[in-house]
Amino acid sequence: MDNCKITVHNFNFYYGGVKVLKNISMEIPENRVTGIIGPSGCGKSTFLRSINRMNDTILGARAEGRIVIDGRNIYDDDIDVVGVRRKVGMVFQKSNPFPKSIFENVAYGLRINGEKDRYRIEEAVEKSLKDAALWDEVKDRLNKNAFELSGGQQQRLCIARALAVEPEILLMDEPASALDPTATLKIEELIQELKKKYTIVIVTHNMQQAARISDFTAFFMLGELIEYNITSIIFTKPSRKITEDYITGRFG
Amino acid sequence: MKRGQLAEAIGFIFLKLCVGAVLLALVIILYDIVSKGIGSINWEFLTTMPKNGMTEGGILPAIIGTFLVTIITAILAVPLGMGCAIYLNEYAKDNLLNRIIRMSIRNLSGVPSIVYGLFGVILFVQLMRFGTCVLSAGLTLGLMTLPWTITASEEALKNVPKSYREGALALGATKWQSIRTNVLPYAVPGMLTGTILGLSRAAGETAPILFTGVAFFLPFLPKSLFSQFMALPYHLYIMSTQHHAISKVRPLAYGTALVLIALIFVMNLFAVVLRYNLRKVKTE
Repeated sequence: MDNCKITVHNFNFYYGGVKVLKNISMEIPENRVTGIIGPSGCGKSTFLRSINRMNDTILGARAEGRIVIDGRNIYDDDIDVVGVRRKVGMVFQKSNPFPKSIFENVAYGLRINGEKDRYRIEEAVEKSLKDAALWDEVKDRLNKNAFELSGGQQQRLCIARALAVEPEILLMDEPASALDPTATLKIEELIQELKKKYTIVIVTHNMQQAARISDFTAFFMLGELIEYNITSIIFTKPSRKITEDYITGRFG
Repeated sequence: MKRGQLAEAIGFIFLKLCVGAVLLALVIILYDIVSKGIGSINWEFLTTMPKNGMTEGGILPAIIGTFLVTIITAILAVPLGMGCAIYLNEYAKDNLLNRIIRMSIRNLSGVPSIVYGLFGVILFVQLMRFGTCVLSAGLTLGLMTLPWTITASEEALKNVPKSYREGALALGATKWQSIRTNVLPYAVPGMLTGTILGLSRAAGETAPILFTGVAFFLPFLPKSLFSQFMALPYHLYIMSTQHHAISKVRPLAYGTALVLIALIFVMNLFAVVLRYNLRKVKTE
């Protein structure tokens, strides 16, 4: 396997008294796309949100075990959670541009991190929009409200916004589930481009998408990691019967 | 006609009648006040002191008094109310204690205003030794307005989508940064509107200022925060029930009522315009 970026050790997660992630252990490689598939409610989104501690905002949520990024357990008591989130960017299922201009959306992360230099902000905004393959479509209307963009453009804007703070890992929670096929294709091409610089973990409902874009695939069910391997193996000769049943569409 | 359609038609007529009845009452009251009060309104009425035992002259001290008291009310109720709302909605955990606090605040907005008035006498006039004055009255009204300000501000905060908070946090914002830069700007219009409506209600109150600072008749303006003052609602009450020549001053009472209503209308209108403009700026 390639260089390991994220190591998950015996990770459990609870909402109130309910255990939604059961003893997950896996290694996520650097500069690869790791896809997470599984039926609704299997814990895949919860798992993704555990990697940048977004679940902290949910009342009554509790984690056990370790998630180690670059040798540091992000569930240590003395960890800087804000620093973790800066390093681990996230793109949400429903695109959530802020009600600001296109420029200000991308600049937001820089500004809250204390960047004041107007030239550096402009440079970073342009670079992020180019990396998110959106620059050509918006360069003439950076001061327009982000809500004027189409759904697919809004999602790429959210990707650009995440890239602007220069994270090392990008978490994507079904980023194309609300988009039409053309916009989905654009996002998928973008992910292939982005993996050269970032480690990407993507949750998807769509198995063809997982097969197309991910290098490794993890299959979750009922809070357990059932099988995790190179994507081609998962989709051609899975070692577990239940994985085969799922990917061939017998349930889910 | 089918039964369902008949029921629909009857229901619709009934609802229309409800609206009509309310509007009619409102129009009658407004017509009565405007038609009888407009004759008293002139420049002199608005800018001079009452004269000859309040049978002549204007209502300037009452206008100034109401204005000053409302400013003090705002100084107390606006920042405290917004602060409480931010804490309750963004930081407070959902536990028994906080639920009790929240419920108590809701209940406080239903406490009769005379109770606030008496409480103000004990706390501000006596215990804190401010005496009966503008300050005591303003603070009492401020306390009365707080539950409204807090509740309105909390509602405004609740209307900001969770995704704005999460989006900011995911970019490495601290909780306060996400609130300050990505929640408050979108909640402030609603917060202000609710607050101004609360203030306009306070401006029209009589009971809370009755024992805490308002005066029957003063032929001069309040000199400091520790002076007594006249106020529009109390002046109206005096002119219409307590005056020695009630029928003679009736036009002046109507004039006072009209000024008070106009003042509150202007404040509410300001709230609406402010909200409209702030919304427009934010989504442009």
